[in-house]
Amino acid sequence: MTASPYRASAPALAAAPLAFIAVFALWPLGNISSRALSWDSFTRIAANPAVREMLWFSTWQALASTLLTFLAAFPVTYILARYRFAGKRALLALVTLPFVLPTVVVGAAFLALLPNSWHRSVAAIILAHTYFNIAVVARVVGRRLEQISPKTGEAAATLGASPMTVLRTVTLPLLRTATASASAVIFLLCFTSYGVIRVLGGPARATIEVAIYSRAVQLGDISGAAILSLLQLLVLGLAMLWWIKTSRATAPTEHIEVALRRPQTLRQKTFVYGVATTTAVIVALPLAMVFVRSLGAGRNLSAWRGVLLGKSVVNSGARSPLSAFATSLQFALATALIAGIIGVSAAAAIAYGGRTAAKLEVLTMLPLTISAVTLGLGMLVTFDSGIYDLRSRWVMMPIAHSLVALPIVVRTMLPVLRSVPAGLREAAATLGATPIYMWRTIDRPLLARAWATSLALAAAVSLGEFGASSFLTRRTSATLPTEIARLLGRPGDAVQTQAYVLAALLIIFIGAALLSVDSLRRDRPVT
Amino acid sequence: MKNNRKKLLALAVLGALVFMAGCAVDPKSASAPTDPQTETDPQTETDSDVVTLTLLAHESFTPSPGIFDAFTAATGVKVNIVLGGDAGELVTKAALTSGNPEGDVLWGVDNTLLSRALEADVFTPYETKNLALLDPSSLLGIPANEVTPVDTGDVCINYDIAYFKSRKLTPPLSLKSLTSGQYRNQLVVPSPLSSSPGLAFFLATVAEFGADGWQDYWKQLRANGVLVVDGWTEAYTVEFSGSSGKGDRSLVVSYASSPPAEVLFADPPVTQPPTAVASQTCFRQVEYAGILRGTKHEAEARLLIDYLTSVAFQNDLPLTQFVYPVNTSAVLPDAFTKYSLRPENPLSLEPQVIAQNRTAWLDEWTRIVLN
Repeated sequence: MTASPYRASAPALAAAPLAFIAVFALWPLGNISSRALSWDSFTRIAANPAVREMLWFSTWQALASTLLTFLAAFPVTYILARYRFAGKRALLALVTLPFVLPTVVVGAAFLALLPNSWHRSVAAIILAHTYFNIAVVARVVGRRLEQISPKTGEAAATLGASPMTVLRTVTLPLLRTATASASAVIFLLCFTSYGVIRVLGGPARATIEVAIYSRAVQLGDISGAAILSLLQLLVLGLAMLWWIKTSRATAPTEHIEVALRRPQTLRQKTFVYGVATTTAVIVALPLAMVFVRSLGAGRNLSAWRGVLLGKSVVNSGARSPLSAFATSLQFALATALIAGIIGVSAAAAIAYGGRTAAKLEVLTMLPLTISAVTLGLGMLVTFDSGIYDLRSRWVMMPIAHSLVALPIVVRTMLPVLRSVPAGLREAAATLGATPIYMWRTIDRPLLARAWATSLALAAAVSLGEFGASSFLTRRTSATLPTEIARLLGRPGDAVQTQAYVLAALLIIFIGAALLSVDSLRRDRPVT
Repeated sequence: MKNNRKKLLALAVLGALVFMAGCAVDPKSASAPTDPQTETDPQTETDSDVVTLTLLAHESFTPSPGIFDAFTAATGVKVNIVLGGDAGELVTKAALTSGNPEGDVLWGVDNTLLSRALEADVFTPYETKNLALLDPSSLLGIPANEVTPVDTGDVCINYDIAYFKSRKLTPPLSLKSLTSGQYRNQLVVPSPLSSSPGLAFFLATVAEFGADGWQDYWKQLRANGVLVVDGWTEAYTVEFSGSSGKGDRSLVVSYASSPPAEVLFADPPVTQPPTAVASQTCFRQVEYAGILRGTKHEAEARLLIDYLTSVAFQNDLPLTQFVYPVNTSAVLPDAFTKYSLRPENPLSLEPQVIAQNRTAWLDEWTRIVLN
């Protein structure tokens, strides 16, 4: 394929994201490692047989979760990509909701729905991972599937291929890149999963991430925690390298508009609405439980009234329970801005640049491979004095959130950036347009919508973030997830109910943000 | 296209409204996001003569609003409370930032974490002028006054009164009785690896049965069907039958102050606590506050430590944080004395002993109980 006319701008575009990741992820990691590492703890960790077991468990549960997620998500991905039906946008938003919500909100409700014998089991962990990550498949693979015209499959069918053969020989090979991309993300998230392992797996199951936390915080062994963190980085780095190799196949370049159809035959209708309803019910059940619990033992709205009127059951300074809400929203807006700008810059560098720039895509995932504990503690010891005394500043929290939101912004913008028709640019070039003019009149209008989508997704991620940022000291009031976690840790019915009210508010607000995300997508012509 | 532009505009307006509403709800933070000048941190002062101290605390620090107004009125020093996670995280962060702390005074290091903090040289010693009024048993282990005790609490087995009444069983009184067959499959404990009350319960068994005897005790507990869960929240609010979760287990590890909390936060209201404490199973927890080494306002920090141990502040503790004050002149509220008991001889261990053996003990515990 011909080089993009904007190729010269790629290095400049890559500068900001590279600097952001280097300063806010690599530098803290380096700092805490150099400060804490010692040969002594290295030998101790290397000799500990439990570490090998944890590594093995982390890997295989992540693999199993990834596999199950794909299997469970494929039906709903298929109907979302191929059909147009009532409630489609709501379904997509609903499926994305668990991905963005923190485990502290959904974990207890999910646990309550499982039969007792499944509590504290590996099955519960894998099920929960599947539940949380369906959205990744639905969005990433679904988007690619949308671009594959059903006519290709129909052509194969006229030659005698059965639907399964079509799937196997036509559709799945075309989905290979998207599948690899989605599976890399899901594997990464499941490997570094913390809340799910602790709440659903119980104390007997430990992954490396859980061990890092307990070493650093419970045992005070920062050195051991740093070593485990580097080990995790190494393993995940190898996994990412594998991913780069397999995704070397060229990504689609043409923006393909495939008309979505309504289900017409009875068989199609049963299939589409059946899958949609089943998925919606399964996803909504734990969320519904949160709402039910927010009504308290008396099944009334008194707790809601209290929260909305600003009265807290538990003292939290002179602030109303809603101030956590306001704080979260402020951080969300800031994150959307930071991640939006840095993310679009990175995506543009990747799309317009050559092979070297493509490596940037993996680099944006780097912050996710560093343990939240290590990152949080690293930030604490790095940004602690003078001109870069950021740890006490308000902006530190959105920066931490942006590190997590960055890959999502990149992944949202990238396909759109790549799919601007080259023919349009070539036509403009023959008419004498400069690259800047080309970008302003062709690319920018097409990107505006996608950028708004990624801003909303970044905001949603920020609202639910509960990892590295929970290690940052909170100078203003707490964010909503930390406030919910704090309340859940105290005895008393009224306190628990208030926590669930805040959790329900979080669900409502993130849900609204997600609905707006998908309403910004262009409407397709219907056949 | 027009439609989408309108939607975008609506979203932007909504976002702006929300942002402004947030500032209205919490006026204190209105200037914080935009104006770094008003950011409180130990290095700068907001006015030329008003000092603002930063009090770092764990998430369970929930005093009454305005509790520091009297302090500010008397000394002219403002206090800004900053929350930093649970006690373990707080101490880990303090140890990492020793000498260049995030705040001036730290509240919430407890006796299980004290040695870690002292080893990392986190504090500047100070002998508070209220020392003579403090409960002497809380002063053990800190001969050089590196930290000052501020409250005590007990981690005990709580039991569901209704369960035992309906089956006409006597509830367990001691740790040993928990291994008895009549309490089979009734006990739920949080893991000491991940929970502070869980750790306290484990240390109680070490204190009771000795460094060589606790292993057998836990083997018996395991044979008697003890359920180990990840944290206090799951144990108390999900698995315990006497609280909001209405679970299957009638015995749980919690605090001596949990029964009063059950009454005060009951919904619908109750007059009798649904739970009670097994007094011989209690482990004493002491919480301390200390001046962080490297603070720029040591003189003011000393005043704050004095205030934290004064009767005015200590009286507020029971009903807001559900702990017992260390100041012997402080008054305990009726709800506390009515609905709970203070164990006479709780179990305890020296902070040094805990620090030296904790990792080895927990590794062994994992092998015995979780494998």
